[in-house]
This record gives sequence, structure tokens and C-alpha cells, in this order.
Amino acid sequence: MIERFKYSLRQNRGFYGALLGLIVLYLLYNSLHPRGFSTAVLIQNANEAVVLAFVAVAQTIPVLIGGLDLSVGAVMTLASCIASVLVTGSPAEMTLGIILSVLAGTMFGLLNGLVVVYGRIQPIIATLATGAIAIGLALFVRPQPGGDIDGDLNWAITNAVFDFAETYGFADDGNAAWLQPIAWIPVPLIILTAVMLLVWVPYRRSVTGRTAYAIGSAEGAAYMSGLPIARAKIMAFTLAGFFAGCAGLYLAIQTSSGNADVVQAGEYTLKSIAAVVIGGTSLLGGVGTAVGSIFGAFIIRIIEFFFRINIGSFSIDPLLQTLFQGVVLLVAVSLGSLRLTRIKNRLDVFR
Amino acid sequence: MANGSPIVALKGVSKHFGATKALENVDFACHSGSTHAILGENGAGKSTLIKIMSGVLDPTSGTMEMEGKPVSFSKPSDAVDKGIVCIFQELSLVPDLSVAANISLANPPKRFGLIDHKAQNRIAEELLARINCADVNPNSLIRDLSLSRRQMVEIAKALGKNPKVLILDEATSALTSKDVETVYALLGQLKADGIASLFISHRMHEVEALCDTLSVFRNGTHVETFAKGTKSDADIVRLMIGREVGSHYPAKPNRPRPAPFLKIEQLAWERALKGVNLEVGKGEIVGLGGLDGQGQKELLLSLFGVMRGLQGTVTVDGTRIAPNSPAKAKADGANIALVPEDRKTEGLMLPMSIADNLIAASFNKVSNGPFIDGKKEDAAVRSAVEKLQIKVGDVENAVSTLSGGNQQKVVIAKWLMTDPDIILLNDPTRGIDVGTKQEIYKLMRELAEEGKAILFYTTDYAELIGCCDRVSVMYDGRIVSELEGDAITEEAIVAASLNIGTDGEAA
Repeated sequence: MIERFKYSLRQNRGFYGALLGLIVLYLLYNSLHPRGFSTAVLIQNANEAVVLAFVAVAQTIPVLIGGLDLSVGAVMTLASCIASVLVTGSPAEMTLGIILSVLAGTMFGLLNGLVVVYGRIQPIIATLATGAIAIGLALFVRPQPGGDIDGDLNWAITNAVFDFAETYGFADDGNAAWLQPIAWIPVPLIILTAVMLLVWVPYRRSVTGRTAYAIGSAEGAAYMSGLPIARAKIMAFTLAGFFAGCAGLYLAIQTSSGNADVVQAGEYTLKSIAAVVIGGTSLLGGVGTAVGSIFGAFIIRIIEFFFRINIGSFSIDPLLQTLFQGVVLLVAVSLGSLRLTRIKNRLDVFR
Repeated sequence: MANGSPIVALKGVSKHFGATKALENVDFACHSGSTHAILGENGAGKSTLIKIMSGVLDPTSGTMEMEGKPVSFSKPSDAVDKGIVCIFQELSLVPDLSVAANISLANPPKRFGLIDHKAQNRIAEELLARINCADVNPNSLIRDLSLSRRQMVEIAKALGKNPKVLILDEATSALTSKDVETVYALLGQLKADGIASLFISHRMHEVEALCDTLSVFRNGTHVETFAKGTKSDADIVRLMIGREVGSHYPAKPNRPRPAPFLKIEQLAWERALKGVNLEVGKGEIVGLGGLDGQGQKELLLSLFGVMRGLQGTVTVDGTRIAPNSPAKAKADGANIALVPEDRKTEGLMLPMSIADNLIAASFNKVSNGPFIDGKKEDAAVRSAVEKLQIKVGDVENAVSTLSGGNQQKVVIAKWLMTDPDIILLNDPTRGIDVGTKQEIYKLMRELAEEGKAILFYTTDYAELIGCCDRVSVMYDGRIVSELEGDAITEEAIVAASLNIGTDGEAA
């Protein structure tokens, strides 16, 4: 057991580095924050981080097979616009709306996969095109920003477990003794964890999932071993669409609206790539995990949170925030290339 | 030859790649419980044959039968399902996955529909124990293993598929001598179990020790199949190359050994080089021999400035050099050229034109300031094409359109254009045809006559014997033997490669 962990530690330096960085940064942030270590701060942070976390997970899977999905932000936007129209009315209607929003994202991912595999188009260019299509569809669904998402749902899902129970009136409106140990946990974190346990973990342990890693690591070897390459690629993009759909659904519920915002879609896509890299996944494919990308997404958000608090009398001019974020991001990513300084055969740099 | 009906039989199989006939009307059969060697030069069609048998390639025409029934494979997994398993030269391992995951890659054990890691590790441990590799941890990543261990994992992976026909393609070339013995024992055991093993090797002593049946291929045709012991080594070699041995090497000059020009002293790097001492004089061709992976490639790369953290000294003409990049190594002062191991990734920029590839290492010779001079470029390219007799349609075609032999000529020509004093050759004749090989041998001798110092690594013993003034045999990061003149014999090289005395039995 200990030996397995030792191997895991050595083989996943990037992942454990990201985890350590996340813990350190978050403790530092909370200790500098005037209301640090409180449920209120945690809930607010969780709400702001979870959408990017979903998008980062979505990006991870195409990256693992050695591609990039430039449409994840756009698919998220499409799903959020659909959700802003459908997630309303009776509980049954809302449930249907939720399912249809995520399904729309999944179907769009499937389309990406089919285009990449059967169109024999490189993922980066295929998804650049399909991303524009997704934004176009989003604008068609919602030409003007807005939406009428159920208010109860918005409140229940963007707060702590206690508020969720209170809104829907179970566990004595959230006052039951058994609920108290977990009453403080933000619902978005529970949703994220549940989706990962139900989808990512089984995927990681399936032949299709392992094939994705094998493709990114050595596609020739995967082929020679008789692995289902086409299926694994289609599945990778389909799952990316699913997770982007989850992101869009949450974004819509959180903001109670939908907005076919091109700029926002692009920003999420680019940040998802940064999150994947910070989380220890190789852009060349084959190495990494979606959990690391979640840590990466959280790290990116925490860095942004830092700009909101005053450290002593020192605060950063809001106009300079983007600049500083870029510098910090560069430093964070470059930590990952430290290993290159230890390489003894200079040819290995190119491998 | 084994009796009874064959387990696999090929009838009239041909495979053409464009105008190239890799296999032409081949009839071939192998039997259960036999260890069957396939011999032939590079390009004789051995690898095309096994690729067809293992489902990687479709034959252009002809049929294949297994146990009397016709079969056709559209992908490698089809062949595996029928029991034909091929051990490729580390081609089928995924570097970023663990040993256990690789062994059960295509068909992992499952529990509740998910991969069962415990069972997967258990399978790996059992198979690794069977081939005396219990020291390999199933949790290690393939990328962290040595080449020899990777090859053993590849063998374990193949065994895990319960083969009826096991194809070993140069499977022992990367192994340490201990592992080679394990593989020998394993082959004996497989034979007893009634499995047909097809064994492809360039090492005659291995074939002698292991196989009961031999088939010789030449130029895409099946020349002859015969039982072991019915033909002498010389006969077999004649069948393989279709003429007498030794005739295609240029004569070696008879003269005293020149003063050392390149001098390597106590060169050490990581675990691959453990204190190498070597001298090469102007006009000399010094061969590097030994089994694969004994530090020969690392030695060449060290001299060319690729390795970091070198110890020891290298002097050229009495001046110490320590280049820290290929750019420095080729510059004045060192003037080293390296024809690298893998021409497709390290030697050429495949999509770029022949002309661009030819001038890639010597832009300074064809430029005025920062701009490339078209006239100088044309002249340089033309003279290179002429000098090496590269068969090109148009020098503006992509270099990938050339045949392997002509591609290698482009790599060599590219480096000759830098006018080097020291030429390092890393297996320059691998995978090219006999005619081009002979031209390269001749060229090497001409270059030596012009006063270049040449260090030549090859896995082919015949080349060491035929081309080199001296041969230094490496074993485990050291030079264990230096042979000169008539002392360069196959026996001496083999014995030194295995680090045993000349009178010892080749293991």
C-alpha cells in the first residue's frame, strides 16, 4: 500500500504538486481574508470555481488523447442558453430541462468526436469550427441575455447543504442532527464530486478510458495492441461535451440566466487549457488526470480571488489585475517545466 | 522438418508497396512444436512476412491458412484472437502506463465491468515470474524501465495472450545476457508445449542454438526451408545474400596505425558510460561493436554535445573540447558530424524538400549575411547529389518521397557538406538495400582516405569485419576489447560482445 503510494507520488509529480499548491494558496488566502475560514467565503468561492472546474475536466479528456478541444467554452455557453429556456416550471419540467441541457452538450461532443475521427481533421481545427457553430446555435436559442430559471433551484444549488435541505423541506428543514456534520458543505462541491465519482472514475477504469491514455502516449503501440482507437477518440470528445454541458447547466442556474457571450466562451476555453496544464496533464497526451485539472481550475480562481482582498494597506489597481494574473499564471505553469533542467540527454527534451 | 499439417501456411502471398515488391509469390509454412528461424538480409521481406501474419498488413495477393482453414486479418487484434502473437521490438508498449496495465492492455481483468487493478497486478506478477523478471514492479511505468526490461515486459505481454504461434522479431537484440538465457529456456519450454515459434534474428549462433528449422528469404522471395544441420554456415550466408561473402567491401589499406586525432579518455555519463577510452586517427575507420544498448549510442551522442553531465575528457588534435550542443559540436574547433540513429526523426525533416534537407546543417556555407544565396545553394545541392549519386527526380521534392537508401544518402550528404574532420556514424546502413550499402562502404573508405576520422557503430558484425581498420567492442558502458587487422573475426566480436573469452562458449 505504502509502496503503491510511493510509485504514485513519483509518477504523478504534477498532480501532487497541484494539490499541494492548492492547499497552500487556499490557506494563505483565507488567512489574509477578513472573514477567512468561514462557510460564507467557501460557498462564494465554490460557486465561482465550479464552472471552470467542469470545463477543465471537459478539456482534460481530449488533451489526454493528444488533442485540444477549442469548443468546450462554446458548448458550455450553448448548454447554459438551453438551460435558461428549459429549466423552469414544474419539477418534472425542470428535470427534463436539466437532462436536455446536459444531453445537448453531450451530443455536441459526440459530433466533435465524429468529425475528428471520420473527417480525419485535427482536433484543434475541427473544434475551432464546431465551437463557432455552438455559439451560433446559442445565439439562436437566446438572442438576448436573460432567462427565467426557477428561483428555489438557484438558491438551493448555490448555497450550503443546509440551505438545500431548507429549500426543499427535508431533514427537518435542514435542522436534523444527522445532517449537521455536512450542513456547511457547499452544494456545488457536492455536485462536482458526485459527477466525478459517477462518470470520471468508472471511465478511468474502463478499457475505453485506458485506451485514451494509450493513444496519447503512443498511438502506434495502441493500434498494435488491438485497442479500440476510433471508439476511444469519439468517447473522449463526447465526455468533453458532457462535462461542458454540466458546466453550462450550473452556470445557467447560478446566474439564473443564459447569455450567448462569445468573449466569455473563449475565456473559459483558454483558462481550461491553463487549468489542465497546472493540474499536471501533459499537452502531448498520455499523462494526467481530470482531478488534477479540477485542482488547476481552483488554483486559477484562487489567484483571481487574491486580487480582491487588501493585504494590509496594499491593494492592486484593478486595471493591472489582468497583467498580474498573466504573470502569476506564467510562473505557475513554468514550475511544471523544472524537470527539464534535470534531463541528462538533451534529445529527451524533444521526446 | 516437422511432420504433419502446418499450423500456419501462406500460399502465393505477394505484397507490393507501389513499385516495390516487398514479397513476391511466397509459399511458407510453420508447424506446432517447432522453433523456426527466418533468415535474410534487411529488405529480404522478413518483416513484411511477419506483419502479414500478425495482421498489420494485408497481402496484395495470395492466401493464408491456419490449421487448414483460410483466414484473413484486417487488424492486429484479429491475429491475436486466432492465436498468432508477435513480439515487436518494444513497439506495442505504451510508455506512460504501468507494466501491469501494459501486459493486460487490450483485455484487462474486470470486476463489475471495471478494470480490476489487483487482478491485473497478479497477472503481471505471474507472467513476469515465469520469465525470471520478478524484480520488475508491476506498478512501474514502462518509460522508467531499461530497454532490456521493456523487451521482457513485451515478452510477458505476448505470453499473456496464450499464443499458438509466437513470432519473435529480433526480440533478443536489446536483452542483457541473463535475459537472453531466460528467453532461450522459454523457447525450449514453448516448443515442448506444442507452440510454434518463429524466430527472426541476425545472430547465427542464436539460430544454431535454438531453432530446428530454418527458412531463408532474399529480395522478397522465399529461397529455401531446411532442417538445422543440413547446411553449413557458409552455405546459409550464401543463400541469404546470393553470392560470396566479403566481396562487397572495399579493400582496406595496409599501413601503420595513424597518430590519434580524436582521443577519448575516461568518458562517463550516468549509468550508460563507465569510463570509455578510445582513439581514432585521421584516415581510420574505427568500428564500435557489441550488443545493442551497451553505451554505443550514448558515446556518439556524448561526443556530439547532446549529453549533460559528462565526465572525462575528449581532445581533438590535442585540444580539449566540450561541446554543449550539436551546434557547437559541428562548429570550428571540433568539426564533428553525426549521422544519427533514426533518420526519420533525427536525420531528416521529412516534409521539407531534398534541397532544404541537404543544406540544413551548413547554412553558413550558402548564405550571405542572414540570407540564403540561391546560387550557392543550387551549386552545393548539385555537387552533393552528384557526389553521393542520390537518385532524385527533382531536388525540390519532399525528402519523404525518396527510398530509404536514398534518404540515408541525403543525411550523409548533409553532414559531408559541413566538411567535418570527425564523422560519427550510428548504424547508417540499417534498413537500406544492399546496393546502397556497398556505395556507403565505398564512400566511408574514400572519406577516410581524404583524412577524415570515422567512428562507425553498427549492429552488423559483417560490416565491422569488412569495413573497419579497428573494432572496439563495448559491454556495459566500457570498451572490453579492441581488435585490429586479422584479429577482427566474428568469433572474437561475438565473444567480446558477451564479455567472455574467445575460447568460451557463446551463450
